[in-house]
Amino acid sequence: MSVPEGRLRELLKRGLAGDASAYRAFLEALSGNLRAFLRKRLSRLPDEVEDLVQESLLAVHNQRHTYDAAQPLTAWVYAIARYKLVDFLRRRSREDLLNDPLDDEIDLLAGSDDEAAEARRDLAKLLGSLPDRQRLPIVHVKIEGLSVADTARCTGLSESAVKVGIHRGLRALAARMRGES
Amino acid sequence: MKTGDLVAMLATGAGSVQPNQAARRYASAIAWGFLGAALLMAVLLGPRRDFAQAVLLPMFWIKLGFAASLAAAGLLAAMCLSRPGRSLAWVPGAVSAPVLAMWVLAAIVLARADPARRAVLFLGETAQSCPLLIALLAMPVFVAVVWAMKGLAPTRLRLAGAAAGLLSGAVGAVAYSVHCPEMQAPFIAFWYLLGMLIPTAAGAVLGPRLLRW
Repeated sequence: MSVPEGRLRELLKRGLAGDASAYRAFLEALSGNLRAFLRKRLSRLPDEVEDLVQESLLAVHNQRHTYDAAQPLTAWVYAIARYKLVDFLRRRSREDLLNDPLDDEIDLLAGSDDEAAEARRDLAKLLGSLPDRQRLPIVHVKIEGLSVADTARCTGLSESAVKVGIHRGLRALAARMRGES
Repeated sequence: MKTGDLVAMLATGAGSVQPNQAARRYASAIAWGFLGAALLMAVLLGPRRDFAQAVLLPMFWIKLGFAASLAAAGLLAAMCLSRPGRSLAWVPGAVSAPVLAMWVLAAIVLARADPARRAVLFLGETAQSCPLLIALLAMPVFVAVVWAMKGLAPTRLRLAGAAAGLLSGAVGAVAYSVHCPEMQAPFIAFWYLLGMLIPTAAGAVLGPRLLRW
């Protein structure tokens, strides 16, 4: 089900201001948009779609500070999704498999697809390969839902080290998704 | 991990995001980069000997203004290219306006000059070293600007690298103009521009490798 751009933008703005449930709703709706967008363009590589949906979501999250509230959301999301798609195709040197020209941003938020296929890449395993100072903050804060203060107490890291660990860890995760270590 | 679980993980404890991070990153990159370029200039080259008199001449400020307005144009380009989906509509005009203005001034100076003196106006005394020294002073700025870009999200890496190069070349030229004794528009219109184009070209080459995310 597609969420109108205005509503999606509102959710993102509230999310950027610190509203976690609005941010979650934004990411959930956006994953449907990204899935439809990527499935249409990667119809010859259907097994890769879900991995790329996940990679794009992580990219949106890691770069969310570059969204300017005055800017149309479609243009911002499209530029990220397109960048990740082109990067993926270049990595595989299969650019000839792109069956639809990448010239139209209009339809990104128009279509949505909620039928997630299985991701092929094991994100949990990639997460496990991060160093402890990044992995533990992510596991405690972002998966188990502990506060930063509690995580700092149980890992022996300082609170700022926990925050930095999450930030750098998610960026490192994005690099590993691209196949860099 | 299922996509739904990833979404839950990303949203949990995401916290709020500071606004205007691009502006803040660029402000510190330019401050540190310019400091680096100014130090390099002071240590390696030193200000021109007649600096106190030169600042009284309009041409000194025209030269500085040329470099500074290209730095502003490079900054505009770099900031637009650092964030996904930004329009670049103003960039070509902002970059070409100072160049065209300086070329017009150079053409007027050359047209009015005695033909025998035209080569001197164009070559000055430092044509050989000027572009290379500008490129040298641009280096610390380039490092700082690439750092700023890497914390943002450029999606057109070659163009973004070129914009980083132009910005650093122009800031390098601002620092260099304190040392440079040349005061003729034809010299500045060509050799200063060449000095800024060296880091621009280097940025375009290095961008895809340095800026990937």
